[in-house]
Formats: sequence, C-alpha cells, structure tokens
Amino acid sequence: MSTNIILCGVGGQGTILASKLIASAAMARDVAVKTAETIGMAQRGGSVFSHVRLGEDAACPLMARGSADLVLAFEPAEAVRQLPFLKPGGCVVTSTRPVVPVSAMTGGPAYDYEGIMEYLKAKVSNLVLVDSDRAAAELGSAKCLNVVLLGAAVRAGELGLSEGDILAALHERLPEKLWELNERALAWA
Amino acid sequence: MHKEFLMGNEAIALGALAAGVNVVAGYPGTPSTEVLETIARRRTQDVYVEWSINEKAAMEVAAGAAYSGARAMVTCKQVGLNVASDPLMSLEYIGVKAGMVVMVADDPGPISSQTEQDTRTFAQFSKLPCFDPSSVAEAYEMIQEAFELSERLGTPVFFRATTRVDHGYESIEVADEGEWQHNQPEGFVKDSSRWVIFPRLSVVNHAKIEARNARLSDELSSYERNFVVPGAGECKRLGIATHGINYAYVRENLDAENHPRVLRVATPFPFPERKAVEFLEGLDEVLCVEELDPVIERELTYVCGKYGLDVRIRGKLTGDVAPSGENSVESVGAAIAAFVGKEASAAPAPGDAPTLPVRPPVLCAGCPHRASFYAVKRAMAGKKTIFCGDIGCYTLGNAAPLDMVDTCLCMGAGIDIAQGVFHVEPDTTCFAFVGDSTFFASGITGTINAFYNQADLTLVVLDNSTTAMTGHQPHPGTGRTMMGEVVAKVNIEAVLRGIGLSVVETVDPLDHERAVETVRRVAAEPGVKAIIFKSPCVVLAKPQARSVVDPEKCVGCQRCVKQLGCPGLVPRDGKVVIDESLCTGCTLCEQVCPFGAISGGCRIPVELPGGERA
Repeated sequence: MSTNIILCGVGGQGTILASKLIASAAMARDVAVKTAETIGMAQRGGSVFSHVRLGEDAACPLMARGSADLVLAFEPAEAVRQLPFLKPGGCVVTSTRPVVPVSAMTGGPAYDYEGIMEYLKAKVSNLVLVDSDRAAAELGSAKCLNVVLLGAAVRAGELGLSEGDILAALHERLPEKLWELNERALAWA
Repeated sequence: MHKEFLMGNEAIALGALAAGVNVVAGYPGTPSTEVLETIARRRTQDVYVEWSINEKAAMEVAAGAAYSGARAMVTCKQVGLNVASDPLMSLEYIGVKAGMVVMVADDPGPISSQTEQDTRTFAQFSKLPCFDPSSVAEAYEMIQEAFELSERLGTPVFFRATTRVDHGYESIEVADEGEWQHNQPEGFVKDSSRWVIFPRLSVVNHAKIEARNARLSDELSSYERNFVVPGAGECKRLGIATHGINYAYVRENLDAENHPRVLRVATPFPFPERKAVEFLEGLDEVLCVEELDPVIERELTYVCGKYGLDVRIRGKLTGDVAPSGENSVESVGAAIAAFVGKEASAAPAPGDAPTLPVRPPVLCAGCPHRASFYAVKRAMAGKKTIFCGDIGCYTLGNAAPLDMVDTCLCMGAGIDIAQGVFHVEPDTTCFAFVGDSTFFASGITGTINAFYNQADLTLVVLDNSTTAMTGHQPHPGTGRTMMGEVVAKVNIEAVLRGIGLSVVETVDPLDHERAVETVRRVAAEPGVKAIIFKSPCVVLAKPQARSVVDPEKCVGCQRCVKQLGCPGLVPRDGKVVIDESLCTGCTLCEQVCPFGAISGGCRIPVELPGGERA
C-alpha cells in the first residue's frame, strides 16, 4: 500500500522543502518515494501543489482524485481547492491563516474566509487546524510554517513517519544554524 | 552505485555526466532549466557548460564540439527548439562525430509555455531519432542510451521529456563519479567534403538518412524499452498504445486480472514498426493514450493500412482522448474505462464548495517591473499608445491593475511587433518592453531592424540584472558565467549606442517622479530611443528596510492597492496594512500615497551611468 500526500499552498510558502523533508525521511526508512512539484510561473504567488507518494506500488508521481490519505495545506482556500484529491475519511492538516491574493481586491472573486472554514469543517471529519499566526508569534518566525505543519501531520499519525524521522531529515537538509528554530517548530502544538 | 532522491531533470544531467558528456550548452526555459544547472553543479573540472545567449547559439556551440569529437548536449524547452531549428535542420544533413543529444522539455497543458507543440512531431519533420522516457529512473538510463545511439549513427538525437518527468522526483540508483565514462575528444579534423554543406552533399546525405531511418525502425523494434505487455482476462482482443508519463497513467489504471495488451513506445521516431505489427496481431481495437500530437495513433493507422491489418485504431483523432491539454491519472482512467466498456469509477463530487479566490501568478511585492510599468502608464495617460510586451516575469504586467502588456508572442517579438504597428498607425506612440536576458537572447536584431527601417518607438529595457522567471540564471550583462568565471559585462546602453541610438537614458524605476519625467521626455523624441529601467530583482536583493502604514494618516482610499496591485499591500478594516513578510521597502507605495501615510522603506541603491547612485 502506498501513502499518498498532497501538499498545497501559495507560491513561495515552502511546500517544496516540506515535500523534500518527507521524501528524505521516507528514504531513510528504505521506502520508495515519487513526488511531483509545481515549478515555474505559478511560483509567483500562484496556487501550488506537490503530490508525494510513498511505497513501491505507486506507478507514477501523480495520484488520482479521491486517493490522498493526507492533504497538508499551507493556506485554507488551497485546502479546499485540493479537497477533491482527498480519499473518503482522509485527513486534512491546514494552516488557518488566509493569504488574500491581489485579484480579490482588483475585481476577482472575494476571499470568503468564513465560507471556506465552514466548508472544511463540514466536509472533513479528520481536520487538524494549525493556528499559524500564533505559531509564528510564539516561535518568533513565520518562516518555519512548513515544519510546524509537518509536526502536526506527524502527530495526526498520517505520514507513517515519526517526529524523529523528520528531525533527521531536517538535520540532513538544513544548515546547522536553522536546527534549533526548526526543532521547536516541529514540536510546536 | 548509490541512491539519490532526484528531480527528472537532475537525473537527466547525471545520466549525461555518466555517459561522459564533455560540452553542455542551453538557454533557460521551464521545464528544462534544471538539467544544465545540475550539470554545472555536479560536473567534473573537464566538463564545459554554458548558458548560451539563445538556443540557436547553444545548438551551434554543441555542434562544433561534437564535430571535434566531444560528447555534447543542448538543453532547451520546446519553444526554444524553434529558435534552434535553423542549425538543427541542417546539422542532420551534416551529422556529428561524437554523440550529441538535444534535450528538449515539452510542456503539455501548457503549464509555463506559449504552445503545446510536440517534439516527437519535430523529430519526424527533422528526421532525428527521438527518445521519450516514462519516469525519472528511466530518464537516467535512456539519456545514456541516447548518447550511444547518436555516436554510433553519427547523428544528433532528440531526448524529449515532458513536465511530469522533468519535474517529477524519484529515489533512484545512480553511478558514483568514479564510474562515469570518460571521453577524450579527438579534436576537429579538417575535411571540407564532410563539414561544409552544399546542395550536392545534401542530396547524397538525404538518401543516406532515409535508408538509415528505415534500418533503425527495425533495429528499434528490438530495443528493450519498446515493449508489449500481454493482455489478461476478457480484454485480450483490445490494446492500448502509449508513451512517456502516460504509460505511468495507464499502469495506474490497469486491472491486474483483466486488462488490454499494452504497447509502450519509447522511440516515437523512427517508429518501431515490426514491434507494432507484433502488438497489433490478433487485436480488434487499439486505444492510443497520448499527450500533445497523435503520433502513435497516426503511425499505427499507417501500419494497419500498410500490412492490411483489420484493427480499428482509436485515440485523439476519433475523439476518444482529448485532442489538447494535459492528461491525468483520472482522465486516462476514464478513457480506458470507456474503451473496455466499464463504468468509470466516479470521482468524488465537488459538491457545494465556496467560491475560491483566483491566484494568477503576479509580480512579486517590491518588483521593480511594477514601478517601470506604472511610470510609463502615468506618463502616457490619455495618449494613443501600444505597449508591446515580451517573455519573462514582466509578461505579468498584463494583469489588473497595471494592464500594461498589449501583446506578447515569443522571445524578442515585442520590438518588431511595435514596428509593424507603427508602420500601420504612425500616430500611435509605440513602446516595446524587453527584459535584460531577452534583450541579449533576441532583442538586439529587432532594435537594429527598427533603427535601420526608420521606425518610431521607445524601447524600454527592464534591467533587473538576472534571468528572473526561470530562476536567476546569469547572462552577458551579469559578468558571471556558468563555469564560475567573472568576465567583462556586456553593457546594454553601450550596445544601443553602438547601434546608433542617440537617446538612451538609464533611470531607477523606483525613483518614481524622475522615471515618469524621463518617459515623457524620451517618448517625445523622434525615431528609435531607449530607456533602461535599472533595479535589481527583489528575489536576489536583500531588503534594507520595510514600509509601514501610519493608521492615523491612512484614510482608506486604497489608491495604493488599486493603482499598484502589490501583494504586500493588504486592505484591512477599511484601511491598508503592509504584509511585512512580503514588503521589500521599495517605497513605490510611499510615493503614490497622496496622504503621506506610508514610510520607512529604503530603495536598493542602483549604480547609474556617470557614477551617480539613485
């Protein structure tokens, strides 16, 4: 059985590093990994997503709709956008902090925050909300949202990986001066 | 051997290095860019790598290297291949001495491109053999096989992957550096009967190419990556023919007990005809699952006609597969389900989801291009104008509220399009916006054309001192090369003056009033004149200070938001606040606010001609 994970957010939020950390941690456990990333024009503030597939039986880096065990969302509207990929009963871990696009102020659809949060609560039985504003204030940095979210996903038991696995991947991928902050971010709850 | 977690493009680069590539040249373009960047990062000292000024230059550099016995590779995206097609079409008639691979990244969707062209079709047109990998692991192996075939046949070959292979990641086994092949180039051996193209040589070589490709079709029918998976269960008289990432989509959808026979085509040209006949034997119907052009579908239809086979070939041409756009696991699943006569598994209903905000890509907070467009917009307000854009981040100047890009076609086109408009509408004030890297790639010829042919236009060079859109590659204006050397910079102002332009002004676009005044003055001059807006890309420059809004002074008019559309400006509770995680302190909003409510930013100093620092 493979574990299927969608990471999603807004270009520049750090979804790619998060998917690499999951991949490193899985590889250290000898689990086969395939991922697909959004790279290019959409990185300039567009909607971005990564597909992460752990396990031998994934033939391809992209998954079908309705097959994700976990949607790890850096932004609530993006969680809703990727929700069709969630399998019935799957888990959503999302930051509660909205990122309002310029288009919402210049004639495009408005950002309906209440509607989006209510929809997530109504549709997702296994929903974990991460107050990223409070996390940023308590950690003293908004730059480790990706690791805060990974910590929440590990504790939700949906990654098939332990906090120690992610920690080892952090040490492998990040310079030592960032370890302390990211260790606190991983443990933040 | 060891295991690494690699992007497809990284795997292609490591495969080329393992094959002993000596020279790599390319031009950045999504989704191809990381191949050359990985070569530069992982190469041994004796491998030469360059970002050429455009794909034509890259192709010619690689050809010269391959003439000299070096294994050579060109990297580009599909539209870059168009730029390089002039040398490539002739090169096929001349051939090469050492292996030469033309690595082209196609972009179904398209996700980051102007066109959905298919390099497999280009391979048929140019008569070059073509490899089409299905996964990251396979891309690593196949690029090495591509070098072998190229060298054995003395012809350049295509290695064509699509976005989902280029930007997919897998944990794969790769060779250690000590296991890489080493190719010692013999050097160029003079022989004008071989290296100088003339009609007499072309007609002789054309016949040889056709004979070779006929032989190669048969040889490639035995290539292990062109294979047939036997059918199972009740679907034994049905077949699916596929290629590239679509083979993975097909596999995701196959029922292990009951599925059609599958043909996977790894070399779309020359088409493995004998393998195709073997696949078609005993089948009633075949579904071709392809992205971009119906290459396999047409080949199989042809094979059926040629061999008198009674097999119905279905796919894009029969409306069974979408004729354009990107396929997906579920779109392929639905096509296969319809083909085998099963109900497609119902995708979860979208239900009553709330309306979501749309997120088209936007210019970054603090991007100097925003200031440049806004300065021209203000200076030309009320005038009859056309703003011709070009390829790069600054294409995003088309979005509201700037709305400053009236045309965009291909690299360097804006300068020439402005001339065409001028010759038809001489009373229109014509502007052409071009980035620094695009200016070097293909803007110089258009500028000379305008100057020589007496056009009247204002060329606006948006000089952020990098190739920003594709991830900040160096170019001739940066004074750095991919070999890590610091070299003399090519000065854009000097190039323009060398062409003959007498009015060329360089200004910091974030010095707003001065920028507006410069545009008004320069645009009023006759003939071809230029403004160089110089300010570094904010992704590379470190912010010096951030702007803040004084809530006492902000009256909530939202002029800053509505005029500039900067993502760092956020309306909140009837006023505006600045998102400090995005603000770069560019000060443009401070200069636009009529109430002096925004302050605290600090422009990044820019060196202007004459030693002046804006």
